[in-house]
Amino acid sequence: MSVAAVATIPAGRRKRVLPGFGLTLGVTLTYVGIIVLLPVIALALKGAEIGPARFWDIVSAPRTLAALRLTILAAALATVFNAAYGLLMAWVLVRYRFPGRRLLDAMVDIPFALPTAVAGLALTALFSQNGWYGQVLAPAGISVVYTIWGVAVAMSFTSIPFVIRTVQPILEDLDRGQEEAALTLGASPFQVFTRVIFPAILPAYLVGITIAFARSLGEFGAVIFIAGNLPMKTEIASLLAVIRLEEYDYNGAAAIALTLVAIAMVLLVASNWMQARLTRRRVPA
Amino acid sequence: MSLVISHLARRFGPTPVLRGIDLAVEQRELIALLGPSGSGKTTLLRIIAGLDWPDAGGLSFDGDDWLARSAGERRIGLVFQHYALFPHMTVRDNIAFGLSVRPRGNRPDRAGIADRVGRLLRFLQIEGLADRYPAELSGGQRQRVALGRAMAIEPRVLLLDEPFGALDAQVRRDLRRWLRGVHDSTGTTTIFVTHDQEEAFELADRVVVMNAGMIEQAGRPDEIYDHPATPFVARFLGLTVEVPVAMRAGRAEAAGLDLTALPRRAIPDGPATLFLRPADIQPLPDPAAPFRVTEIVSTGALLRIMARDDAGCRIEAEIPRRDGRDLREGQPVALRPVTGQIFPAGGTLAARAPATPVTLKEAFA
Repeated sequence: MSVAAVATIPAGRRKRVLPGFGLTLGVTLTYVGIIVLLPVIALALKGAEIGPARFWDIVSAPRTLAALRLTILAAALATVFNAAYGLLMAWVLVRYRFPGRRLLDAMVDIPFALPTAVAGLALTALFSQNGWYGQVLAPAGISVVYTIWGVAVAMSFTSIPFVIRTVQPILEDLDRGQEEAALTLGASPFQVFTRVIFPAILPAYLVGITIAFARSLGEFGAVIFIAGNLPMKTEIASLLAVIRLEEYDYNGAAAIALTLVAIAMVLLVASNWMQARLTRRRVPA
Repeated sequence: MSLVISHLARRFGPTPVLRGIDLAVEQRELIALLGPSGSGKTTLLRIIAGLDWPDAGGLSFDGDDWLARSAGERRIGLVFQHYALFPHMTVRDNIAFGLSVRPRGNRPDRAGIADRVGRLLRFLQIEGLADRYPAELSGGQRQRVALGRAMAIEPRVLLLDEPFGALDAQVRRDLRRWLRGVHDSTGTTTIFVTHDQEEAFELADRVVVMNAGMIEQAGRPDEIYDHPATPFVARFLGLTVEVPVAMRAGRAEAAGLDLTALPRRAIPDGPATLFLRPADIQPLPDPAAPFRVTEIVSTGALLRIMARDDAGCRIEAEIPRRDGRDLREGQPVALRPVTGQIFPAGGTLAARAPATPVTLKEAFA
């Protein structure tokens, strides 16, 4: 084939390495539309039907406010714990070689695989007055079951893999040469971590933390077993939405759900924005 | 004498990587560690840097035992093959890193650091890049930044691992000249690792040829080029034609070869091997000679001539193309080596010279 012949083939008919762009994009968009976008739009429309005044009434009702406050506070507690412990766990899994490392690595995914209701039941049994943990904690005057701590424990259990699994690959791909360079330049091990390693994993770490927090906000199955679900005290927002639904109060359920979605959306956008800012100039355009 | 390496040995599991390295590096010297991959040169560099530790041997700088000091305490500047710049810092911050991590007591103040970095940027001719990130630089620019970062702490020894390995040919040549200039104006004792013979010979005051964890030969480039001490060095430096010869009274003899141009050698009578560069062999048309030209290939400037005799001995010669106008394939030629290196036969190891440290004074004596 001559060069001229190659040059005159229209762009649209040039062979791709893998065919089927139209088909795969079509399937993908259809999927996103039906499974992700439509339900959110339906929820938003439902919310719009309510009208702002009524919406505000529902959301600012004492029981709703208490549920939202509990949910956000417990999710924050769980996320603080997960941020610290998840980073440590990722570090240990990547940086050290020890017997049982692969097993430990596999165990990180258990919260993903385990039905959340099972997790909730197990945690409740462990932390109840005569459970293994409860027996130790009760004499110290600490009760976990039926308190905000129980809610936080359940949220933490189901969301910790998000932190570990987002940080782990970045930590694995870090160029050890950078750490060695820092050492030869006189940096202490602490400075190597704070000035070289941590900035490198920070964007992924923020994303992991945000997803873990968003997931905690919506955690339902694991929480309702351990929380006790006392209105105004240990009732989480998504459970309240279910209760409103069972009372045929569709508007109430939709308003609470929309509030949760809004918080999660704001978080995800903020996290993506931060990540984009942090990585903006690290990769050539 | 500044850096003294003695009997250094290192093994990775069962594999010996360094097998007794002795080397003394003088103040202001520019040394090349030259060898094929796997010869242990990078491991030696990492041990000097304090990023790896030997199983046996000593390493001291001006009498100070460096094996008792961490990498950071040695104040060396290390430039990595792939630069290992900090991707989240600007060029300016990368260069300032070594100063900014110092303990408060001996850290220059903000203005002091900015001043030092500014001077380095000017010196390395990368002022315009100060606020860029490493991802926004070309390979050659990254190399300069990496050198600037290492030089900012005013290292006592500058170590470079394959400094031009990841660059294309033109940039390599430019940076080589530039690095030589940098060394000459700062006078920092410098050791660099390379597998490129041309690079080592052009840049270094002294070349240390390594093979299989040992030093084969150390000396000035011309000295090594003219007098390779071992068969390994000979082959590595392009003496790729190996001819079995017989030694008699210090002269080598081989059927069909005119070896009278070679000087006498103090090698006992008996079998030996003659190592030759193809470019050092003159083929002369001679109807009585046993060698016949089997192939002539032009590389543009040179003619590569393959000759063989009836016994099957093949010899490759290289001559400027204009000198080979009368040569034809099938023509009988006499081969006359102008210069070459002879090692007694009986295994290459037996011929290996003891790896004694050669200091600069000895080298220039």
